[in-house]
Amino acid sequence: MRVQWFCFFLSCLTRRVLRGGAELLFDGIKQHQVTLPNQSNPWDIRQLLVWIRHNLLKERPELFIQGDTVRPGILVLINDADWELMGELDYQLEDKDNIVFISTLHGG
Amino acid sequence: MCEEEEVYCPELQDTTQGKSLGKTCMKCKESSAVLLIRAGDAFCKSCFKEYFVHKFRATLGKNRVIYPGEKVLLAFSGGPSSSAMVQQVQEGMSRDAPKKLRFVPGILFIDEGTTCGMSHEERQQNMSEVQNVLQQTGFPFYIVSLEQVFSLPGSILQRGVPEQRANYKQEVDRFMVQQQAQGETGCSDILENLAKLGVNVSESSRESDKMFQSTCRHPPDTHTQKLIQLFASAKTLTAKHQLLHTLRSHLILHIARTCGYSKVMSGESCTRLSVSLLSNISLGRGAFLPLDTGFCDSRYGDVDIIRPMREYSLKEIAFYNRLFHVSSVFIPALNTKVLENSSIQQLSEVFINRLQADFPSTVSTVYRTSEKLNVSKIDANQGTCAKERCLLCLSPLDTQVGEASAFHATQISHYISQKILMKFNDPANSSGKSCCQEGKCCKGPGYGDFCQPRALQAPSFVDMLCYGCRLTVKDLQSLDALPQYVLHEAEHRSRRIEMRKEIEEFLLDKDEENLH
Repeated sequence: MRVQWFCFFLSCLTRRVLRGGAELLFDGIKQHQVTLPNQSNPWDIRQLLVWIRHNLLKERPELFIQGDTVRPGILVLINDADWELMGELDYQLEDKDNIVFISTLHGG
Repeated sequence: MCEEEEVYCPELQDTTQGKSLGKTCMKCKESSAVLLIRAGDAFCKSCFKEYFVHKFRATLGKNRVIYPGEKVLLAFSGGPSSSAMVQQVQEGMSRDAPKKLRFVPGILFIDEGTTCGMSHEERQQNMSEVQNVLQQTGFPFYIVSLEQVFSLPGSILQRGVPEQRANYKQEVDRFMVQQQAQGETGCSDILENLAKLGVNVSESSRESDKMFQSTCRHPPDTHTQKLIQLFASAKTLTAKHQLLHTLRSHLILHIARTCGYSKVMSGESCTRLSVSLLSNISLGRGAFLPLDTGFCDSRYGDVDIIRPMREYSLKEIAFYNRLFHVSSVFIPALNTKVLENSSIQQLSEVFINRLQADFPSTVSTVYRTSEKLNVSKIDANQGTCAKERCLLCLSPLDTQVGEASAFHATQISHYISQKILMKFNDPANSSGKSCCQEGKCCKGPGYGDFCQPRALQAPSFVDMLCYGCRLTVKDLQSLDALPQYVLHEAEHRSRRIEMRKEIEEFLLDKDEENLH
């Protein structure tokens, strides 16, 4: 029974400015620290996206998630590394993982 | 909020190293990779920084358009690309840079909050945030609101005279000699050096800087109202985008001219350029692709727009900003939270991004294509037809083409589809004209519009535009909402054309002149 914690920043994050577009869909909150409910299988990014969609997205989910993955043009960083190096949707989350979503789309 | 990140840092490194699926940096082959630039090209953090910084300097070095000591205006929007650009210039100027950049930068931010209905307070907040970021750069900066387009002079729509420059190498040599001389006299004041070079950084321009900053604080309400009206009169989001782009370029040009900048750096990434390549083709601006997407855009003559970020993809920029803590400011724009099919620009972006997700070489392919495009022969002989430029975008007009062209075909079809309307209105039109000459109007106000000078002017106004700008103007409900400088310049031009026609008989042809 493991409790998972991760910080959930949205946007181009810097020490001073913590904004970058995608947060508009999340009620203006840039950073989320969430505890995922326990489940028998380990959590992966695919399940995390479904969870985000149901629990965090306040409006227009299609602007963030399309199909079972993120909208093309939104980058995903897992612990400050490209998710393409980490297995993308199949990456298994660990305790205290830090996932960042950066929108490269014009207008955020 | 950031503290957490710092607390996690040591652990983060452990996890990344353990889980990079065995991928190491392709360059140093030691550290574990953090970023995949292209399929198979994985970079570690330090190699990525080196690569990124090198690319910026290589782009500038390869093109040799910025002369040493020249004043360069950095167009800053708050977004990731222009933030990265400003940071790169800062990096290049820093003392420990191996080959220091030798131009003199200034930064311009244009507040466009009105266009997307932001309140005064929100705009103030954005501006103070931008100010905080810009103050840290140490460069002089201007914060200007888009409302200032209503006080622009008509001369902004005239092409400037390109400055005659000696060979790049000679200029560099001259600069070096001057710097050496300066070093001997012990005078390290860069301002004086510039004054010697004839670049205008006088106190008066400093004062004008202050003027811009102070006026931007409180744009007059009448101007704000006018701007809202103008954007409300555009029927489509596509037209709004084009309109904003046009006004913004005029304002940038104006600030550059009044403050003595001869180059403007614009931070478009290659992702953005491939999107605008596709959308510009769809918008009927295909003839100007080399100007709109190329490295150096010299349509204004005296001020060149250069795009030093065009070798970077947005992914690289986003990673760079994130990994090296480059501050950017997020400001909602016209296309924030809009539907995918709301405008042509938006649609092209979605198209490119979708393709890119499945075929990772999409952007680079489109971008390489844009690189191969060259200025058409119209621009090659610009010396002869320098006057015939689009009123709005200042590109050489693409409407003087042969009979058997797509342009003429669309013109004819447009004419024919209007003919029915014209027939319907014909008696009103002809009688309207005759009654107007007599100084009275026989019809009601609805028909009366027909003999208003503005309505009569409309066709000639459209004639001064390129095909792409015609489409944008067609989407405007009325031309009256356009800023005064556009209307003035249009009037000015049509008067000149008339005058030219009047004295045409007395003018000597160039060929004739040669004969005599």
